[in-house]
Amino acid sequence: MRVTFTVNGRPTEADDVWEGESLLYVLRERVGLPGSKNACEQGECGSCTVYLDGAPVCACLVAAGQVQDRAVGTVEGLADGDTLDPVQQAFVDAGAVQCGFCTPGLLVQTHDLLNRAHHPSDAEIREALSGNLCRCTGYEKIMDAVRLAAARKADARGTAPAGSEG
Amino acid sequence: MAGPTTPRNLSAVSAPGRDGIGASPPRPDGILKVKGDFAYASDLWHEDMLWGTTLRSPHARARIRSVDVSAALALPGVYAVLTHEDIPGSKFYGLEIADQPVLAIDEVRFHGEPIAIVAADHPETARRAVARIVVDYDVSPAIGPVEALDPERYGHVHAPADYKAHASGNIVHSQHVHHGDGDSAEVRARADVIVRGEYEVGMQDQAFLGPESGLAVPAEDGGIDLYIATQWLHVDRQQMCPVLALPPEKVRLTLAGVGGAFGGREDISMQVHACLLAQYTGKPVKIVYNREESFFGHVHRHPATMVFEHGATRDGRLVFVRAEIVLDGGAYASSSPAVVGNAASLGIGPYVIPNASIDATAVYTNNPPCGAMRGFGAVQMCFGYESQMDRLAAELGMDPVKLRRLNAMEQGSVLPTGQVVDAPAPVAELLRRVEAMPLPAAAYRRTGDGVDLRELPGGVSNSTHGEGVVRGIGYGVGIKNVGFSEGFDDYSTARVRLEVINGAPVALVHTAMAEVGQGGVTVHAQIVRTELGVDLVTIAPADTRVGSAGSTSASRQTYMTGGAVKSAAEAVRGTVLARGRRRHGWTPDLVAGLRLVDGKVVDRADAVVADLVDLLGDEPVDETVEFRHRPTQAFDRLTGQGFGHVQYTFCAHRAVVDVDVELGLVKVVELAAAQDVGKAMNPLAVLGQIHGGSTQGLGLAVMEEIVVAEGRVRNPSFTDYLIPTILDTPPMPVDVLELADPHAPYGLRGAGEAPTLSATPAIVAAIRAATGLALNRVPVRPEHLTGI
Amino acid sequence: MEFLRPATWEEALAVKAQHPSAVPIAGGTDVMVELNFDRRRPDALVDLNRIRELHEWRIEDDDTVRLGASVPYARIIEALHDRLPGLSLGARTVGSPQIRNRGSVGGNLGGASPAGDAHPPLLASGATVEAASVRGTRLIPIDDFYLGVKRNALEPDELIRAVHIPSATGPQQFAKIGTRNAMVIAVCSFAVALHPHTRDVRTGIGSAAPTPRRAREAEEFIRAELDESGLWTSGGELPRAAARRFGELVAGAAAPIDDVRGSAAYRRHALAVLARRTLLWTWNDHRATGRAAA
Ligand SMILES: Cc1cc2nc3c(=O)[nH]c(=O)nc-3n(C[C@H](O)[C@H](O)[C@H](O)COP(=O)(O)OP(=O)(O)OC[C@H]3O[C@@H](n4cnc5c(N)ncnc54)[C@H](O)[C@@H]3O)c2cc1C
Ligand code: FES
Ligand code: FES
Repeated sequence: MRVTFTVNGRPTEADDVWEGESLLYVLRERVGLPGSKNACEQGECGSCTVYLDGAPVCACLVAAGQVQDRAVGTVEGLADGDTLDPVQQAFVDAGAVQCGFCTPGLLVQTHDLLNRAHHPSDAEIREALSGNLCRCTGYEKIMDAVRLAAARKADARGTAPAGSEG
Repeated sequence: MAGPTTPRNLSAVSAPGRDGIGASPPRPDGILKVKGDFAYASDLWHEDMLWGTTLRSPHARARIRSVDVSAALALPGVYAVLTHEDIPGSKFYGLEIADQPVLAIDEVRFHGEPIAIVAADHPETARRAVARIVVDYDVSPAIGPVEALDPERYGHVHAPADYKAHASGNIVHSQHVHHGDGDSAEVRARADVIVRGEYEVGMQDQAFLGPESGLAVPAEDGGIDLYIATQWLHVDRQQMCPVLALPPEKVRLTLAGVGGAFGGREDISMQVHACLLAQYTGKPVKIVYNREESFFGHVHRHPATMVFEHGATRDGRLVFVRAEIVLDGGAYASSSPAVVGNAASLGIGPYVIPNASIDATAVYTNNPPCGAMRGFGAVQMCFGYESQMDRLAAELGMDPVKLRRLNAMEQGSVLPTGQVVDAPAPVAELLRRVEAMPLPAAAYRRTGDGVDLRELPGGVSNSTHGEGVVRGIGYGVGIKNVGFSEGFDDYSTARVRLEVINGAPVALVHTAMAEVGQGGVTVHAQIVRTELGVDLVTIAPADTRVGSAGSTSASRQTYMTGGAVKSAAEAVRGTVLARGRRRHGWTPDLVAGLRLVDGKVVDRADAVVADLVDLLGDEPVDETVEFRHRPTQAFDRLTGQGFGHVQYTFCAHRAVVDVDVELGLVKVVELAAAQDVGKAMNPLAVLGQIHGGSTQGLGLAVMEEIVVAEGRVRNPSFTDYLIPTILDTPPMPVDVLELADPHAPYGLRGAGEAPTLSATPAIVAAIRAATGLALNRVPVRPEHLTGI
Repeated sequence: MEFLRPATWEEALAVKAQHPSAVPIAGGTDVMVELNFDRRRPDALVDLNRIRELHEWRIEDDDTVRLGASVPYARIIEALHDRLPGLSLGARTVGSPQIRNRGSVGGNLGGASPAGDAHPPLLASGATVEAASVRGTRLIPIDDFYLGVKRNALEPDELIRAVHIPSATGPQQFAKIGTRNAMVIAVCSFAVALHPHTRDVRTGIGSAAPTPRRAREAEEFIRAELDESGLWTSGGELPRAAARRFGELVAGAAAPIDDVRGSAAYRRHALAVLARRTLLWTWNDHRATGRAAA
């Protein structure tokens, strides 16, 4: 079948899609966007997290046919050309990337979190990222990266956290 | 941006920043990784590419009466269905002992053993083809670790005549270590207190996130180019060439992006299968395991049963240790012999004990093959001896940290193998430091809205609002060797090239080191900047065009390939300075004091004597060096004596847990660590290793186990093989000590594995403190904690 | 395999009538795992994502929430935690945020896994499943919905349109056991709802029997206990012994098995503890809010 949708704002068409294929497979193997990762294909690791109509979801659990006429956003769409999104920059700076296989999914999930909560508490960060497994970092530097990104975004907005976090 | 990721994407990366060793510059591959542009093995695509898939045995032990592939071959879109009969060369491979069939030959020995491979135009076609292969099995009861020791009664995993190396009966390898007077009657009589414990460690999985994958491309010269996620390119090739019946120069490997490894990629998995299919079809073949296949596709950590006896005087001095260890090696040898060597030689922990008798044995069974995983034989032992130290402390009525410090080894101590420790061994100091770290807040907080579930055992599952929750604190410390041991010729090769590009000096580093996430590439650039005083460093893709770098395992790469890069950079500097001497007539005395700084040659007084760009001109300097650590010795077969390990590394942990004692659920509240790294080449990367290693130790303590019943794996998925999420992982304060090892480059000490050892016993000790239970098995399950 | 994309509910029913073996796919969080791991190869998939009304909910005149089958858990937590506290607590434990952005109660019911976290709260609140086919609409009481392991009362041509869940009139709780602090399938789970207006207590047990089920004896016991001791009127403290007995009866109502996630004995034990604790929480809540209202 043919599936037509937008990826990172760009109209995209995939042909000869097998009906049982996932959005993840289509992105990785058919439209040249392998940034979203295939670590489990069972929804357990979050490495394949993409935006589907604005909500982060596991691309491995969306049937290709379900994205017809819908909008998908992937890790490849976070940066503005060579300018990294603050979340991406914070992951690099904080040492939150080792093998990096978990990174694309974590970036999308964190990007969503910081759009919804400007000053998330540690507990909120942990709950929001609890569907993104990382086997390398023990998450400490990921926590640092999220805090750093939140602080930098707040700076950019010219707002300080209201009340301290807990 | 969009466009297929081809092998061409595996190009050199430039390392940003100006930092030398001791700083924490960003990773050279970091930007690619956060943009989603880094080319992992599973991302690779090739025109006309086929997909490979594997048929695996559903049985742990069976004879194969017949395999019928005709229906699979008849399926449109299928290009090849291969069995062992189609292998052009040798049909076996193995890291230490070549006992593993590339594809099963007439019998299968573990659940998941590969029997046939398929290449097809789409993964679904390949799966349908695999489903059409008809195998007629004659199933027998699986041999487990207990049965394995009685082959007369239960039979052999391999035909006895096939056992190679030290393997006999069903024993892969065994090692005895005899120290002092062992555990003789006189020695026993000297102990006021003897504690005995039996311990068990379940089968842990590396669970790296990037599943096994690679792309094999047939070349015009009849050879194969393989783009692969692995830990050791050259040893992969060494095992593949005989199977493919190709000489090494026709089997070229390039490292593609690796999504973690932790030992699980030390053995080959799909490498040779992809090459066989590419060779047969003449087309590029990509294989990507899914998560279930990944659990079947690589070796795991050896499950262990351990019996320990510790004898001590009333005042807490250890008198003797007796240890008997059986490791379940599974169906094939993998690295079992080396794991046994580690278990035996590191089996008493970082303590000084005048007398010891240790027996470690790995057996062949019909369980999944076990081999390398972070901590390699030392992890299991550490759970055993640290549990014993707590038991002994309780028996003596002594503080457990005090008991450990009292018996801690130090520089100059003699190990049970007779080896004298000739580098700092700050075991007592690490314990002191980790104990001195501030404790976390007393308990979960109760606020106006009640409790924050996320701070409680069970988390948002809402199983307690504080009922039954008891705090516990526990400690652990461990010892791990660095590098390959027991006389292995352990070396690494590095090539460094210095040249002028666009008017600036640029260094290129070319090694075959597998960057699996640890950050070796960052450190290589730092070393070159330190040694050659240039800002611009480029890291070439790792491949087999340069000599072996050895494995990214055994905490060895910073030491070994870092050492090789240092040596190669020194050679480059030597050549550059020799050029200066020839050209400018520098005296030997002047040359002896020259350094390369900021693109200049400077003397002892920091005066510039030449510009590097001028010296280099258009003649690049290119040096390749093989670096070796001090030679080690094999352990004596009967006594276990020998200078077996080149370096030791130590980490201590303190765990704070809250246990819901009624439900048996655990929340690790904090996991503090102190570790000596000799020299923190990149402090941020060191923390990353300690955090990551500690978290894998946490996983083993409370949740991670491949459950095998009668040889069958019950939980090959991330739904049921649970690894810690960010909500299971606590804050992990770390205190890093830097006591230089005089024998190592820059004094550094391998850092990757030690934290994996002591985290597990520290957490279990904390759970024991909260519950008063003995807890002799990891992972600790709710059933153990509730006595049900 | 065919991929069918009905745009309206009527079209979906027609498609399902035409292809009774076609598998509906909503959030896909169950269906796709089965497809990815080759456990299921249906002739056709029916995508329900395009049917807007399945993603909507509304409050009926009798204060019942009519929850569209595909409303994702994240929306339930966000918008309905006051009206459906038990279901919201359960929803918060389903998988991860990404799963909760897709997974739905309709999918949980469609799969009818004994481990589904929506089931115990639905049982405890006395929900009704609205099933429909081209032949018409049926309202299936939740008590009659679960027939066996992963089997429900739907006919091959039927689809779930909505679930009718009475808004809470008293405290509700849900608790589950997992061996990890997040992202875990229930080893066992339990829900309890107090219905002060009818002086009723209802329960739901998950992952401890072939189907989700109520603990009827426990419900009867605690109903009688509260009645006889006049606690509904007095708002007094619930005797610990009663809570303990309630827990034991809940455990007794379960028929768990040993599996890789836990032993039968542990499941029984844990259910007793969860039932005791959650009953006390709900009762104490009830007393506190009662006092606040007084
Ligand atoms: C990583 C992960 C973690 C999970 N954790 C949990 C958990 O903690 N607790 C839990 O309960 N579940 C969990 N699940 C399972 C799953 O998310 C839930 O069962 C969810 O409710 C399914 O909803 P869905 O919309 O995604 O269903 P789908 O996958 O779309 O469908 C599920 C089943 O319902 C049928 N179906 C769907 N809609 C209808 C309809 N309208 N009419 C008739 N049949 C229909 C489908 O045919 C299918 O059989 C988890 C799944 C994953 C992948
Ligand atoms: S690959 Fe989709 S969640 Fe793991
Ligand atoms: S960095 Fe390797 S899995 Fe997270």
